[in-house]
Amino acid sequence: MNRDRHHATQPDQAPGHLAAYRAVLSSRMRAQRSYRSNFVIDLISSGLVGLIELAEVWLLFHQVGLLGGLTFEQVLLVFGIGDLCFSLADLFVGHLDNIPTYIRKGTLDVFYLRPQPLLLQLMTSDISLRRLTRAAIGLASIVIALSINPIHWSPAKVALLALTIVCGLVTYASLYVWAAGVQFFMVNGAEFTNAFVYGGRYASTQPAAVWSAPLKVLFGFVFPVALVAYVPTLRLLDLPGPAGFPTWLAWCTPLAALWMAAFGLTMWRFGVRHYQGGGG
Amino acid sequence: MDSVVETHGLTREFTRRGKGAKLLTRSALRAVDDLSITIAPGDSVGYIGANGAGKSTTIKMLVGILVPTSGTVRTCGLDPLKQRRELAARVGVVFGQRSQLWWDLPVRESFEILSAIHRLPPSRSRARTDELVDRLELGEFLATPVRQLSLGQRMRAEVAAALLHQPQLVILDEPTIGLDVLSKQRLREFLIQERATHGTTLLLTTHDMGDIERLCDRVLVVDHGRVVHDGDLDGLARAAGAGRTLVVDLTGPTADLGGIPHTAHLGSEVDGARQRLGFDSERTTAAAVLAAVSERAEVRDLSIEEPDIEDVVRRIYHARR
Repeated sequence: MNRDRHHATQPDQAPGHLAAYRAVLSSRMRAQRSYRSNFVIDLISSGLVGLIELAEVWLLFHQVGLLGGLTFEQVLLVFGIGDLCFSLADLFVGHLDNIPTYIRKGTLDVFYLRPQPLLLQLMTSDISLRRLTRAAIGLASIVIALSINPIHWSPAKVALLALTIVCGLVTYASLYVWAAGVQFFMVNGAEFTNAFVYGGRYASTQPAAVWSAPLKVLFGFVFPVALVAYVPTLRLLDLPGPAGFPTWLAWCTPLAALWMAAFGLTMWRFGVRHYQGGGG
Repeated sequence: MDSVVETHGLTREFTRRGKGAKLLTRSALRAVDDLSITIAPGDSVGYIGANGAGKSTTIKMLVGILVPTSGTVRTCGLDPLKQRRELAARVGVVFGQRSQLWWDLPVRESFEILSAIHRLPPSRSRARTDELVDRLELGEFLATPVRQLSLGQRMRAEVAAALLHQPQLVILDEPTIGLDVLSKQRLREFLIQERATHGTTLLLTTHDMGDIERLCDRVLVVDHGRVVHDGDLDGLARAAGAGRTLVVDLTGPTADLGGIPHTAHLGSEVDGARQRLGFDSERTTAAAVLAAVSERAEVRDLSIEEPDIEDVVRRIYHARR
């Protein structure tokens, strides 16, 4: 806002640092909306995917009633937080998935020729507005779960919920960055990284209590997606945690997010240094 | 000012993994090998060689896309890896095979976004866009989405996009590939003009003899990642021993015109009514050859062919093996 007013008085000021990202993103949004019927279909199908995943969870609980000590009503909160965070990360940085195509076609080289950090350019090169419906389903799940479960609200719990969602978003976004870094030096690395990105998403919407020990270590501490939704949910609902996941861990989501961000950025830097150049 | 491009012992290897049973074996392929070149401000350099000779790899190291295996490189006085972003403001690169434009946006909007990316003040952006639109004749398709442009139109728009921030060094990788004669001509004229008005340094790779002849004062020939020739175009032809060719149309069938000093009879057509004579322009002149021909037959028409660049490069390669 401030900067815009600045522009009005001094019309020949060079554009600010953010102008480039803003220009690219707004053009992407306009382009997506300009194919109106396509966009509507995309919105609907992305929403359907979210609903099907929710139905999967519901079916599972319909059969067993209780899983990992949680009821369906309780797990709905796990699912909602996990899905909202993942959909938002997907909305903002999901197109990092396209890195193998960018490398193969040489599109990535073009990003090197612009005076901005590579990763920031890539992150802001696109935005998948169609994911909005899926994020909406995650949000709706949270709202419903919060209203049907008895919760002893306190300022701390409100803060915890907000913190959980922000940190979950960062954790998933970093997971995408990590996966993108791997693509630089691994041929067909997407198959490998998808196991962690999409496996991580799926894992985060499940109660971690039912996992085997190696999975607990992998998704609890290496790719800490169990901290995204499961552990905070236990804390919000005042439930006891299973062995290895004390509920004070719920306040450690910023650590998990920081760890994943550092891990992701390190892998990214490592990958960029091993870039072999794309195309002819 | 110091040189625009300076490399010392620049080398890049690619490791290749074997296939199938040899999956674990690795072999190193040296794409650029001990390359030391200097390009002064305002130079116009043709960088030529067969496919896979290491041209694109060199360019990628010059602009910071690829990390050299060894050796040093400075472009516009900067380290391309550590100062990639500063360098991006001073270099414009046109890759014939990849686009800097947004395929679903009108050309004008791509220019607006690029102006923001390079943080050009509005007045400068407007003036430069107008200049480029005028010189590259982009006016008629400025409002057309890039995906609907013909190849010639798109290439001109690409060049404008790469030069919007008025870089001091312009690198063009196969800029005229696939273009029709008229589009090529327009593009070359533009580059000549750009160089004359702004003192821009040009470095281009091409397979097109015309590009080199019209645009370059200096030619670097690479083979297997090494420079095998560095000099002007005539010098290249001399180095390769490739002479010019005099083609004479005679009034009637004539016996082969052999035995003219410093001249080789290259072939006859239509029973000798048209003959091709290669001559060494260092030792004789077209006039002397023509005089010798006229003594033996009546010349109706003539033309002189310049050496073909591909041919020259091939000869240099062969001479080295």
